[in-house]
Amino acid sequence: MAQKGRTTFKEDICKGCGLCVSVCPVKIIALEEIEINRKGYHPAGIKEMEKCIACQNCALICPDLVITVEKL
Amino acid sequence: MTVVFERTTGLTEVETHYCPGCTHGIIHRLVAEVLVELDILDDTIGVCPVGCSVLAYKYFNCDMQQAAHGRAPAVATGAKRVHPDKFVFTYQGDGDLASIGTAEIVHAAHRGEKISTIFVNNAIYGMTGGQMAPTTLIGQKATTAPYGRDEETMGMPLRMSEMLATIDGAKFVERVSVDTPANIRKAKRAIKKCFQVQLEGKGFGIVEVLSTCPTNWGLTPVESLKWLKENMIPYYPLGNFKSPEEVE
Repeated sequence: MAQKGRTTFKEDICKGCGLCVSVCPVKIIALEEIEINRKGYHPAGIKEMEKCIACQNCALICPDLVITVEKL
Repeated sequence: MTVVFERTTGLTEVETHYCPGCTHGIIHRLVAEVLVELDILDDTIGVCPVGCSVLAYKYFNCDMQQAAHGRAPAVATGAKRVHPDKFVFTYQGDGDLASIGTAEIVHAAHRGEKISTIFVNNAIYGMTGGQMAPTTLIGQKATTAPYGRDEETMGMPLRMSEMLATIDGAKFVERVSVDTPANIRKAKRAIKKCFQVQLEGKGFGIVEVLSTCPTNWGLTPVESLKWLKENMIPYYPLGNFKSPEEVE
C-alpha cells in the first residue's frame, strides 16, 4: 500500500507524555527507549513512516505542538 | 503534498511550562486555532487566571492581561466595556472559576457581559499542589482530602455549566472534553460557536472543557485520559446546555 502521509516530530520540544502513541490507529509511534532530548525526556517518533495514513490523531492530542502532518 | 496539520500562528513559539501530558496545551491550541480561523487574533484581548494557566499570556499570540485570582471575568468586563469592538475572552481553571471566582463568573453571566469564557475543569487544584477543588469527585483523593472527598462533610462536586445555564444572561453554555481526538474536534467546534455568540453581540458564552492533571492525580498521561472518561464524564455529562437558538 502506498504511503499516505508524512508526520514530522520536533523532538526537542517533546515531553514524552505518550498521548500520541496511545491514539495512533496504525500503531507506528513509539517513544525513544535510550535517547533523550535536551529537556531530558524520551521523545516520540514514527517508526514505520510508510504506514502513516495522515489521520492527524497524534497531532490533535499532542499538548506541545510537536507534530506536523502532511498528506501525500 | 499538502500540510494538513501544523503549529497555529495563534500561539507564540514559547514552550509551555505545563507538565508532560497536561491537556492545557491542547486547549490553548484549540482556542488559538479558532482565533486564527475567525480572523480576530489582532482584535482579541485575553484574560488569564491564577492557577496553572497563570502564564498563558506568554503563549497566546494576542493581547493578554493577567487577573487576580478568580477575577478574570471582572477584568474582562472592564476590557470589553472600554473596547466594545474587541473580542474578549477569559481562560480559567476550576479552582479559579468554581471556587474563589464564583461571584465574578455568576455575575458576569447574570449581567450578560459580551465576553467568552474557557473553563478548564480538571477536578483539582493543580498549581498549588493537588488540593481539593469544588469540582473534585466523590472518593477522589486530594492533599486536603487524603481519604477521598466525602459528601457528608465536603458536599457534592459543583456542576458549573448546569448552574450557569439557568442564568438568563448566559447565551451559550456547553461542556466538552479533550480525552479523544474525536472529542477534541468537537471541543473546537464548541469554542468556535461560543466565540461567534460574542462576535454577533448576543451575550455571555462559556465552554467547560474537561481536562486532566496527571501530576496531581498520580496517574500517567494516558491513564489520566482513561480516568477522565470513566469518572468525570459520567458526573459531568458532555453536551450543549444552551445556545442562542434555544434562547430565542
